[in-house]
Parts: sequence; C-alpha cells; structure tokens
Amino acid sequence: MKAKVHVTLKSGVLDPQGKAIQHTLSSLGFGGVNDVRQGKFIELDLEETNEDAARAALTDMCEKLLANTVIENYDIELIA
Amino acid sequence: MKSAVIVFPGSNCDRDVAVALEKIAGNRPHMVWHGETDLPEVDLVVLPGGFSFGDYLRSGAMAGRSPIMKEVITRAHKGKPTLGICNGFQVLTETGLLPGALMRNAGLNFVCRDVTLKVEHANSAFTNAYTNGDEIRIPVAHHDGNYFADDDTLKALEDNAQVAFRYKDNPNGSQNDIAGIYNESRSVLGLMPHPERAIGAELGSTDGIKMFESLMASL
Repeated sequence: MKAKVHVTLKSGVLDPQGKAIQHTLSSLGFGGVNDVRQGKFIELDLEETNEDAARAALTDMCEKLLANTVIENYDIELIA
Repeated sequence: MKSAVIVFPGSNCDRDVAVALEKIAGNRPHMVWHGETDLPEVDLVVLPGGFSFGDYLRSGAMAGRSPIMKEVITRAHKGKPTLGICNGFQVLTETGLLPGALMRNAGLNFVCRDVTLKVEHANSAFTNAYTNGDEIRIPVAHHDGNYFADDDTLKALEDNAQVAFRYKDNPNGSQNDIAGIYNESRSVLGLMPHPERAIGAELGSTDGIKMFESLMASL
C-alpha cells in the first residue's frame, strides 16, 4: 500500500520561505497571490495491506518523526 | 568535571567544544558516537553544533532519534546537566527536552557573524560566572535559528525566568529575541550562539569562557 503524507506549517507560524516564494511570484508578474505556505510531501511504500493498520502506523510515524507537531500539521492519504 | 560530547554524522563543532572543555577541565571529554547505546558516567553531556544528517527533514530531527539519545534523554530527565549548542539546541527541541522549535531564519540567509548577547538569567550551572545583564560577543553560524513557541509556552519561559540569553540585535527573527533557553529546572541549556568558538583572543573573543568556567565550578 502506498501513502502520501503532507506536512504543513500550522497557521500562525511564520513561513519565511512561503513569503519569499510569494514575493518572487509577484515579481514574475503573477498578481493576486494572497498567500503562499510551503510544506513537505513524503511518499511511502508500505508492506501493510490493512488500511486501518497502515493509517495507525503512519500516524505514529508522523508523531514520532515525519512532523514536528510543535509547528507542523500532517495529513495522511492512503492509495490502495 | 567529566563530560561527554555526542558525535553525530555531520557534527562539526564536536572537536571545538572538546577543546574548550579540555582547556577548562584539564581532561578530555568522552567522544561518544551517536550509534552507541552506552553513555559513560559523566557530569555533563554536550550536543555539539553542526549539520547532523545534513539537516534532512528538519534540523536535528534524525539526530534526536539516534540510538544514544535514549540514554541522553533518560539522564537529562534525571537532572544530568545537558548542553546543546546550535545544532545541539535544535536536537534538544526535537526531543522535547526543551520547548519550542527552531525554524528557518526570518531573512532566509545563513547568518555567520559575531553577535551581542544579553545574559538574561545567569542562575544556572552553565551561566553562574556571568552576571544578569552582561553583554557578551559570541559567534553565530546557522540557517535555522529562528526560535518559535506558542504564546503560552513563551509566557511560561518568561515567567519562569528560563530565557538564558537574548540577542541585542536579533539576527534570525527569534521570538522575544531568544538566543538560548533553560528547561524548567535549569539542568538543560540550549543556545544557538557558539561559546566554544569564543574561548581565546586568537578566536576574536573570550566571552564564551565563562560558560565553561561556570560548569567547572558547579560540576
């Protein structure tokens, strides 16, 4: 089973890289971009075939390593 | 004073801090590879600066989960003095031994220069040779030194006098100009500036010596 994990900064946490991207988009002529937030995308290939078990394992992985929950949220997407 | 310096792949201030410790304590610290699980009996554990694991995922994220860290965390919870410098500070926040997180510098640049710090609270084994309000010149060299914590955590840090050092001219966007913090019991200190790089006139500053003298006198 494959999984996609998105790790994003919590709202309220300053994202200087997102701001820089927004600024550069603006200088390239892309107007009307109100905000940019940069995150991480992690793709995993799991042996597990049970969806619930996979989701539980991924949640544990996110809590223990993939995300720093002080500043980041995570979102898990399973692909059968 | 017996000490141990944890060496991660990508540590690059491990030898600098070993030189500083040996200069003051007169004995060489144990250099302990991150993959070990046994930590010698020491008075002080140091997590050095550098770019452990190439800063992959997040600065200090992998190092914080290295095999030796289980024992480092256990000892720290028992009150063993633990010092994290630069990447070591990032590792301490990643393990939860210190609150908050160190994010990309607000200006996005790697900042490598001497900065002026204000000694905010000098009442710990790491800092008691300084005096509250002292201004010291210590180098910084980091890309991810922008200290972040939520409002409740920041308030607790301030109320409990856990801010050890503040930047006089904030180089990285850190909240409340925070350069270094203690845990609640002041047995753990993490700071972004490098006191081990300020231990001799030939290095440009001697203002870091007092940290090692404080430890020597206390431990």
